[in-house]
Amino acid sequence: MSATAVWFRLSAPPVSGVLRVRPLAVCVVLALLAFAAFCVGMTVGDRPLGVGRVLAALVSKGDYYDQVVVYDWRLPRALTGLLVGVAFGMAGAVFQTVTRNPLAAPDVIGISAGATTAVVGGIVLGVGAGLGTQTLGLLGGVVTAIVIYALAWRRGTTGYRIVLVGIGVSWMCTSATGYLLARAKLHEAQQAVGWLVGNLDDVTWRQAGPLLVAVAVLVPVTLVLSGWLRTLHLGDDVAAGLGTPVQPARLVLLLAAVGLVAFGTAAAGPVAFVALAAPQIARRLARTPAPPLVASGCAGAVVVLCSDLLARQVAGLPVGVITGVLGAPFLLWLLTRANRAGSGG
Amino acid sequence: MVTGMRTRLLIASVGALVVLCLLSLALGTRTVPPGDVLSALLRRGPSDVEALVWGARLPRTLLGLLVGVALGLAGAIMQALTRNPLGDPGLLGISSGAAFGIVVAVAATGMASLYGYLAVAFAGALAASVVVYLLGSIGRGGATPVKLALAGVAITALLTSLTSGISLLDPAALNRYRFWAAGSLAGQDSGVVVRVLPFVLAGVVLALACAPALNSLALGDDVATALGRRVGLVRLRGAAAVTLLTGSAVAVVGPIVFVGLVVPHVARAVTGPDHRKLLPFSMVLAPILLLAADIVGRLVARPGETEVGIVVAFVGAPFFIALVRRRRLAEL
Amino acid sequence: MELRAAGLRLAYDDRVVVDDLSLSVPPGRISVIVGANACGKSTLLRALARLLAPRAGSVLLDGRSVHALPTRTVARQLGILPQAPVAPEGLTVADLVTRGRSPHQTWWRQWSAADERAVSFALRATSLSDLADRPVDELSGGQRQRAWLAMAIAQETPLLLLDEPTTFLDLAHQIDVLDLVVDLNREEGRTVVMVLHDLNQACRYADHVIAMRAGAIVAEGTPAEVITPATVEEVFDLTCRVTTDPVSGTPLVIPVGRHHTPEPPPP
Repeated sequence: MSATAVWFRLSAPPVSGVLRVRPLAVCVVLALLAFAAFCVGMTVGDRPLGVGRVLAALVSKGDYYDQVVVYDWRLPRALTGLLVGVAFGMAGAVFQTVTRNPLAAPDVIGISAGATTAVVGGIVLGVGAGLGTQTLGLLGGVVTAIVIYALAWRRGTTGYRIVLVGIGVSWMCTSATGYLLARAKLHEAQQAVGWLVGNLDDVTWRQAGPLLVAVAVLVPVTLVLSGWLRTLHLGDDVAAGLGTPVQPARLVLLLAAVGLVAFGTAAAGPVAFVALAAPQIARRLARTPAPPLVASGCAGAVVVLCSDLLARQVAGLPVGVITGVLGAPFLLWLLTRANRAGSGG
Repeated sequence: MVTGMRTRLLIASVGALVVLCLLSLALGTRTVPPGDVLSALLRRGPSDVEALVWGARLPRTLLGLLVGVALGLAGAIMQALTRNPLGDPGLLGISSGAAFGIVVAVAATGMASLYGYLAVAFAGALAASVVVYLLGSIGRGGATPVKLALAGVAITALLTSLTSGISLLDPAALNRYRFWAAGSLAGQDSGVVVRVLPFVLAGVVLALACAPALNSLALGDDVATALGRRVGLVRLRGAAAVTLLTGSAVAVVGPIVFVGLVVPHVARAVTGPDHRKLLPFSMVLAPILLLAADIVGRLVARPGETEVGIVVAFVGAPFFIALVRRRRLAEL
Repeated sequence: MELRAAGLRLAYDDRVVVDDLSLSVPPGRISVIVGANACGKSTLLRALARLLAPRAGSVLLDGRSVHALPTRTVARQLGILPQAPVAPEGLTVADLVTRGRSPHQTWWRQWSAADERAVSFALRATSLSDLADRPVDELSGGQRQRAWLAMAIAQETPLLLLDEPTTFLDLAHQIDVLDLVVDLNREEGRTVVMVLHDLNQACRYADHVIAMRAGAIVAEGTPAEVITPATVEEVFDLTCRVTTDPVSGTPLVIPVGRHHTPEPPPP
């Protein structure tokens, strides 16, 4: 074990593990940053509130309007930002590790595109408008993922084939969205574009609730399965030799990741770039060979929450615009100062 | 695959392309007898048909050809440069740069001229790809494939975000942007062809000159160096070709760069990895796809039209998926 | 630990590579599969290691089908080193070797005393202890090959399948690796099946040689039984003479080639 790792071992119960100092530190720092951004998000706004008043409102004490602002508006918004970031960051890490391709974010391989088409179709055609944006987005994402997996299946799948099929599907969905947008009335187009860059403006508990449940279920599942991620990262043959059931493992991991992406997209739209950038940011900060799961989630949360804080200062701009503007330079900065040339998976 | 078979396939493809060009002149939302089209081409037909053929269908067909050639070549080169099957010609940030150029021009100056859009889109594409290349080259090892790709993705995200932001704040910009983004060959005139042609030609020459060097590059940077290639220079030339080709294409028809992603995969199934064969094949197959899609788009939604970008997606994507399923595609 | 194959038919897509092949791996011995390129050696090895599902027939581990057993259970009995695996960038040697322990680990037991012992043994056995913190992708070809071998060793399986473990290695390191395989076999009683290209090394290190041609087994037995001019001719289309290795006493193959005559020139 390397010098920057600490191991621990208990005899009874037989629990043991290795703590790597740098990834752990990165994780803690990112989590603290996310928490700080969350707290700031709770206090600032049109009605600035001190920490005391926020806390009082949270336990249903103090001023009535404080309670409304904090509990009904700010808490769901900040929580959704946090959860969307975690969901996208982690899902991105899973996708990039399983396909062994740093470009294989859910935005690239079609899942976000499918969700987008469903929602834009709903807005423009009025199809299934009764279902609401959220359900449509969720359905779109999940159905697209199933279609991609089914099309990539031929005596098993490979990460490579999933990526290629995903590109094809993504292409169709993007075109369909473009078609719908060009056919739409201008105000419909504006509404659709507002959604499809990712938006936290009108988030309420209706969006935050389901996402909270999904994240609470899927994140632990993903973490428990992360052992498979470590072997799959070595390639299918080696993973199989090490006793990983390659096909089921990949399916379950991708399902969990797709679930995270679909619920996140349903709540806030396909917030641009987070799923691609957060794992790369976390990986480069932690200097690990694969994107670290928890740190990727934390990095996603930091990016989304900080972007949302900025977005609130610029009236009319949704959070997805800021994530791109903020995340891209940061990723570029990390890229240019990376001491080693490569940067796989 | 046998060489003779490959040659025959190439000849057949060229034949198909010629037929498609003729069909593209003859077919459209307005039905014109083929004889009239022919005499109009020779400047001897009825004046309204002559105006239709020379003013709309001929430039449109030529643009389809040019854009197809450009995207097919650019895609093949991009995949060779990045050694990544996801390497589409938009990877250097070209599409997003063009979109950004259009949106900024409309929002800032209220621009409303066809040639104006062409110029700003091309300028945006050029600027974006230069920035991506420079950013991807900083640091040890120069412009490695992964660094280039990630820099491209980052800049694309940045520009896309800015584009969405501006178009959300300015409805006029959104309006122009969404029609450009659907991808159409219609509504262009011969002036566009003349303005784009030099850039495409320069790109084609540059691209074809790269082919042998790309073969060496496919074996890895070290082997390419051992074979006497100056890897950095090859990449720079390839990137310049991609920029010229894709920039012109995107400026004309919008972001239908996926053509450039799919066609080389199809061509590779025929030619194998040799770029001296792959590039010409991509150059022929891509305009076939584009022109066929354009013709279908004119016919399916009569009297209206469906944009070529959308038809290409719905024709090309299933084909691409079928190919991915059927073959063990060569990993790059 | 007994590994058997019965009536195997192996194919990639529509191309049948091996048809109706049966094989019994002698337990506690070193078996070497030899044969010309593309004769199905690696395919057979992949099938034995349940990396490739047979179209017909079965691979039995102690009488039970490897494809029916839980794959983790198999991974504690049978280790495989595939041909030319690629390590992800930035993965250190120690990390890679540690991942060989994954069939023995649970999510609450990630670094047991047994893990530590196995990893450090594997690193020492492959003389990689000093390189433990180096990224695998920055090592030389030989060091990289040894790192992968160390991973397979750390898996601590009674059965070890190796697909051309000596590729990329210089002669000295080839002998090192093969000696190491013999150590593992003699001292720990591990059963080894490996694919080798060099016939003389096969003769010297194998207890049991399996010669394949076009997806079928042509001959099997001790090196002295299998490696004869007739078999070599049949398997490799190569004229040769076989003498005795002066060091090990095993058969030594001397190929003839087009520019030499099989018999010594008359005086």
